[in-house]
Amino acid sequence: MTDTPRSQPPARRFPRREVILFAALLVAVLGVYAMMGVAYSTRMLVEAACYAILALGLTIQWGYAGQFNAGVMGFVALGGFAAMFFSIPVNDAFWDSELPGELGLALLYLLGAALVVYGATKLDRLGVPKRLRTVIAIVLAVVLYLAVISVLRGVTGEIESRAGFIGGLGLPAWTGWIVGGMLAGGIGYFIGHICLGLRSDYLAIATLGIAEIIKAFLKNSDWLTRGTATVSPLPWPTPGAGDLGFVLSRSLYLSVTAVMIAAIFFLLHRAYHAPWGRMIRAIRDNEVSAAAMGKDINRRRLEIFVLGCILMGIGGAALTSFNGIFDPQGFLPLNHTFLVLVMVILGGPGNNLGTIFGAVAVYLIWIMSEPLALFLMQLAVSFGEGVFGWDAPGHLGSRALQARVFVIGLLITLVLRFAPKGLLPEKVRHHG
Amino acid sequence: MNELVFFINNVIVAGSVTGSIYAIGAVGVTLIFSIMRFAHFAHADMMTFGAAMVLLLTLAFPGVGSAVGLPTAVVMLPLAMALTALLAVGVDRAFYKPLRAHGVKPIVMVIASLGVTLMLQGVIRLFAGTSGRSLYIGERKEIYRLELPFEAITRPVIVTEPQVILFVLTIAAVVGLHLFLSRSRLGKAMRAMSDNPDLALASGINTNTIVAVTWVIAGSLAAIAGTLLSLDVTFKPDLSFFLLLPIFAAAIVGGVGHPYGAIAGGFVVGFAETLAVFNWTVLLRPFQQHFPGWLELPRNLAFVGTEYKIVVPFFILVAILVWRPTGLFKGKVIT
Amino acid sequence: MPLLEARDVYGGYGGMNILNGVNLAIEADEIGVIVGPNGAGKSTMLKAVFGLLAVSQGEILLRGEPIHNLPANKLVQKGMGFIPQEHNVFPSLTVQENLEMGAYLKPENVKRMLEEVYAFFPPLRDKRHQSAGELSGGQRQMVAMGRALMAEPSLLLLDEPTAGLSPLYMNEIFERVKEINAAGVGILMVEQNAKQALAIADKGFVLAAGQNRFTDTGAALLADPEVARSFLGG
Repeated sequence: MTDTPRSQPPARRFPRREVILFAALLVAVLGVYAMMGVAYSTRMLVEAACYAILALGLTIQWGYAGQFNAGVMGFVALGGFAAMFFSIPVNDAFWDSELPGELGLALLYLLGAALVVYGATKLDRLGVPKRLRTVIAIVLAVVLYLAVISVLRGVTGEIESRAGFIGGLGLPAWTGWIVGGMLAGGIGYFIGHICLGLRSDYLAIATLGIAEIIKAFLKNSDWLTRGTATVSPLPWPTPGAGDLGFVLSRSLYLSVTAVMIAAIFFLLHRAYHAPWGRMIRAIRDNEVSAAAMGKDINRRRLEIFVLGCILMGIGGAALTSFNGIFDPQGFLPLNHTFLVLVMVILGGPGNNLGTIFGAVAVYLIWIMSEPLALFLMQLAVSFGEGVFGWDAPGHLGSRALQARVFVIGLLITLVLRFAPKGLLPEKVRHHG
Repeated sequence: MNELVFFINNVIVAGSVTGSIYAIGAVGVTLIFSIMRFAHFAHADMMTFGAAMVLLLTLAFPGVGSAVGLPTAVVMLPLAMALTALLAVGVDRAFYKPLRAHGVKPIVMVIASLGVTLMLQGVIRLFAGTSGRSLYIGERKEIYRLELPFEAITRPVIVTEPQVILFVLTIAAVVGLHLFLSRSRLGKAMRAMSDNPDLALASGINTNTIVAVTWVIAGSLAAIAGTLLSLDVTFKPDLSFFLLLPIFAAAIVGGVGHPYGAIAGGFVVGFAETLAVFNWTVLLRPFQQHFPGWLELPRNLAFVGTEYKIVVPFFILVAILVWRPTGLFKGKVIT
Repeated sequence: MPLLEARDVYGGYGGMNILNGVNLAIEADEIGVIVGPNGAGKSTMLKAVFGLLAVSQGEILLRGEPIHNLPANKLVQKGMGFIPQEHNVFPSLTVQENLEMGAYLKPENVKRMLEEVYAFFPPLRDKRHQSAGELSGGQRQMVAMGRALMAEPSLLLLDEPTAGLSPLYMNEIFERVKEINAAGVGILMVEQNAKQALAIADKGFVLAAGQNRFTDTGAALLADPEVARSFLGG
């Protein structure tokens, strides 16, 4: 198929497969424009572009380094939170009261308690027996934790009842995007640090867990995020629809995300072909021999994992800003983890171009399948009514959603079995 | 002393209930891991599938239970176990076996099991709906109040009928599993394959049979665990990942590939959860007068709110991965 | 008809051939020994015989019947037993359970064969309820041999049975191999201790670079000065 002779530099090969696939994608996108109108279609493209950033994050983790992240949703939610927190207006009801001071004090207690516990774990340096040290550290941790959490619960309860929530910082949205990436990277560092020396299954379990925890935290911390009450509208880094109209403002947003993708793409391309990228692939392909050559495997893996998480944070921030609403319950494993996974494995893990193709194509199908699934369900129901005299089951919309859940699952297993390298496979060359 | 009864009801009883459920789930995960060497992410939805089968069967034959004197759902459990076992073997044939034959890395199996979990979720919710439902249909949950023979205690210890059934079934499952693994030819062959798959093959053990047996056991246990969970509270079709994390944590705490360890791990995680959400103020309040005046007991002295329950198994998981990745009972495979 | 015959066998891992035309033949009551330098393909050849490695060319016959590329459990049914060099016991199973696994395909024989194996390796009887992972290297080798004997094989393949053992145990193992052979079991064995192994061998096969360099009786190979110079260390 696309296998090039090894002796030729692949740059000279005519990328027929790529051209055909992207041409088909272009036709499909134009078709959507013709059918659904410009404003709708541009919105779809912006969302697809945000998803492409997420997918690039996952493709470097999974495709470059063979690390599977089952908690993309968590990093998306973190990015979304940062975008919200930095960009929405300052809440004067909070800042004009004495609550910021109390909150600051509570956080200071938290810091102090953490330092005390950390100090206790070093007591053995002062000649305290190790076992005693462990007991002291654990008891201290439990007592201080309970004390601090009680103070914190008091303050956050006050904030909720008197000011609603702490509000935002009123800064430009892009500051939130950057911080979102950093937050996600920080959590990624924490998880990666623990799991990367172990079996890859453990990383999947841990990321799955941290994603649900992040979501639970954002959903229940009403003082910070308004929880289920949601926060909207979120300002855009570009002029909003009020100034420019839907089409123009969305196009502007689209061009921002496109520039981001281009920059990420270019940097990844450079890194991939640099010694660093070769080292990463060498580790993935043959861990034992890479280790034998004295490469610090876990260090490199941690770098790539954190980098992927940062991209997910940024992509999640861009996506949340664009949606204009921060709703912690809107972060779903299906939409924000598994959809991204399908994009990557279908497009071609480790192939950035394939990943971008996968992101746009899968998102297009995903969006278009919603009315289609509903239509098919309705067809089945009316067929059932006509032939068997069924009672139409209620909640047709939610049933159509479940059918999509099923299809995504089926797609994952089928691609793994029949096209494990995706539509645009990574071009593996000898590591030279 | 009523506080003590409160503690028994909210920690001892509740912890044993959750612990049993996690233990049975974790045994399945650990068995699959020891035979096929991958973390089976579809296990929680297999549990839900089992419970959904019980729900559908109970809806179809509502009167059966009263004829036997047990809740209908419990009477339907063996059938649901068989169906879930069938599902597990079928899923393996259709989705995991071809990948195994290709010799893919374990992590690819993990991703495939995530695909399977989504498919199961879709199917379950398509037929059983998305809202919680009681498995007691037209029946009453018996509640047993045990008065303690102390004068200071006026409140009873409360145990419900499904909880009694749960304890009986858990003990039966554990004893049955133990006898199977230590006495039967197939059970020994399963342990042999978990120890050394190549040598098992060289001894003439048909590894395909062992794989199928593993799925039958794991599927049946998943059906039991899911049904017990749904009997104790209600059938909830959307627990998936919230169940998966404690079960994996339990399997890893017990040492992956170590069935008895998984049982212990299940109880460790179950009790840790109930202890963490328990409001310790209740126990400390009787001693309030002994505290110095400046120390006022907060009303809520729980480690985490119930909404953050999932943090507990995660914390346990992280702690065990950091300090003792082989688990408390030294598992087989960690790298 | 020879018990086992390999004709011009090619094979290897992942497209790379390690065996480049190996020939062997042993009769039903013989001990065959494969020796040769490291990397000559000795253990690979044994694995090929036992179906653990894809044979790309040539054929392997058991009593005239082609067996290459059959799965291992089929070969066990046909009377072959295999003792790998490493990881040759089930560490968490008891000694007795290890032995029982050997007779997995013949459960009706377990009782009788357990008695025979315990009579053959008396130390195992005392340790039968200990897990095999706790045993010493020599005792493990006994468990491994006992496990293979439980199936009453007509041909036993041993991959470096004396590797890493003390000289005392080494002699014991060679003695045992001779006794097993005397009871009518054909033996094909890979060995590093070439001199000792050839001393008990009816047939010897010296492999180098995946090919037969010398093939003769054990005694003749030991006497051959060229074999001695290049493969037996002078």
